[in-house]
Amino acid sequence: MSLLSIEGVWKSFHGHSVLRGIDLEVRPHEVVSLIGASGSGKSTLLRCVNLLETVDDGTIRLDGDDITDPRVRVDDVRKRLGIVFQAFNLFPHMTVLDNITLAPRRVHGVSKAQAEEQARDLLDRFGLAGKAGAYPDSLSGGQQQRVAVIRALATQPRLILLDEVTSALDPQLVLEVLGIIRELKESGMTMILTTHEMGFCRDISDTVCFLDGGVLLEKGPPEQIFREPEHERTRAFLRSVLEAGRL
Amino acid sequence: MSEWVKSERQVEREQIRRTRARRSASVATLSTVVFIVLLVWVVTNSPGWPRVEETFFDGEQFLKALPDVLDGFLLNIKIFLFAEPLILIVGLLVALARGITTPAFFPIRALATLYTDVFRGVPTILVIYLIGFGLPALRLQGIPSDLATLGVIALTLSYGAYVAEVFRSGIESIHPSQVAAARSLGLSHGRTMWFVVLPQATRRVVPPLLNDFVSLQKDTALVATIGPLEALRQAQIHAASTFNYTPYLVAALLFILLTIPMARFTDHLAERTRRRRGA
Repeated sequence: MSLLSIEGVWKSFHGHSVLRGIDLEVRPHEVVSLIGASGSGKSTLLRCVNLLETVDDGTIRLDGDDITDPRVRVDDVRKRLGIVFQAFNLFPHMTVLDNITLAPRRVHGVSKAQAEEQARDLLDRFGLAGKAGAYPDSLSGGQQQRVAVIRALATQPRLILLDEVTSALDPQLVLEVLGIIRELKESGMTMILTTHEMGFCRDISDTVCFLDGGVLLEKGPPEQIFREPEHERTRAFLRSVLEAGRL
Repeated sequence: MSEWVKSERQVEREQIRRTRARRSASVATLSTVVFIVLLVWVVTNSPGWPRVEETFFDGEQFLKALPDVLDGFLLNIKIFLFAEPLILIVGLLVALARGITTPAFFPIRALATLYTDVFRGVPTILVIYLIGFGLPALRLQGIPSDLATLGVIALTLSYGAYVAEVFRSGIESIHPSQVAAARSLGLSHGRTMWFVVLPQATRRVVPPLLNDFVSLQKDTALVATIGPLEALRQAQIHAASTFNYTPYLVAALLFILLTIPMARFTDHLAERTRRRRGA
């Protein structure tokens, strides 16, 4: 069974259609990348999955439960999802440790000792052992983003959504964040990510989806999408990315 | 695929949302009615209610006092309308003076700091007494002797100190990168303030400023203590001649009628800012 299934999702803002009937299935342990130009609807789709946006039409199921049903409790759905934002969105008034343990303690009812132990394990694993007591402002962008990934991971979500997680980082910092995502894939985490890093996308994805004007134009394994795309629009997009030196 | 036709699922979903909206509306109405009925019941069944009703809710006294209190209330509005722009000017100037870093202008900065410290520390009613009775006693040429004018001066001094702090926090909330960008274009400190920092800061402090003005509207009643015939003073005169306190209720109602629209306007502005910020 699919872990996440998106059927015929439509979304518009102020009369402008951003998603025009998106269908997508995500299997457990699958890594799905969404690529496409700015404004193609990638981020909106992620926000719809996290219920940050209400869909205009269509259904999204998580483990078979319809999460777009108006009777569903939004907080209960979000408990099962993790999201990492482009701009990190760490809480500046909390230490790294408090950022990570906030949701496990206050939402999932984990004891302070247990939550902190788990957080320290994760920090160790991702090379941030010394940073538990630091405040976000004192960390580099790459470190902040790694903390944000750990924060999303700490609630043991079914699915992690990664929205342009490297776009705000210097090139040398991108690698450390990509490294942690690669580790997540190896540990079997299911992920949907939007990215402009085509090399990384080809490397990590099981499935690549090309979005164009709110339509999922083409979908397939990375070899197929990057080597022999079917659509002229996909080819044009990949060409422009190539010219920008991002592939 | 190209055009959106609303699916049955979506129609059903919207139906559910409408039903739920209707249900929450009726729950809200019901709980409000229950609350009001309970409140009225508790108040009207209290042992002293007949006496309170007689002293505070006398319809005849209400109508008798209304014309005079209303007349006095026009003076309150006048005081408010004169004081408000003056307060804005004083507040802004003091806030700017406190931000001056040039060593030669240190006295100005010190004076501005002293001003806010003193006038935020002294209760408004004392400022009104000191200005109202002290200033004319100096017998200097050109000092106004009109009590309402003295009231305006006192309120301006008192509120100017608060508003200066509101402006200052607004100025300080603008990110230093904005100043860096402006200065690196060659704009002087003054021009940076005027063209870049202040326009952003002012927008940000409008809701707290309006909150101060709601407070100012009712504090115009404090001017009654030095004697001009404004709403509270008129109500006092009526109450003193009949030993009935209903005229105070008249004054209170008039003040509420003035402050509520202002409060709603503040809410409206805050909401608009919130929406503009996105999400």
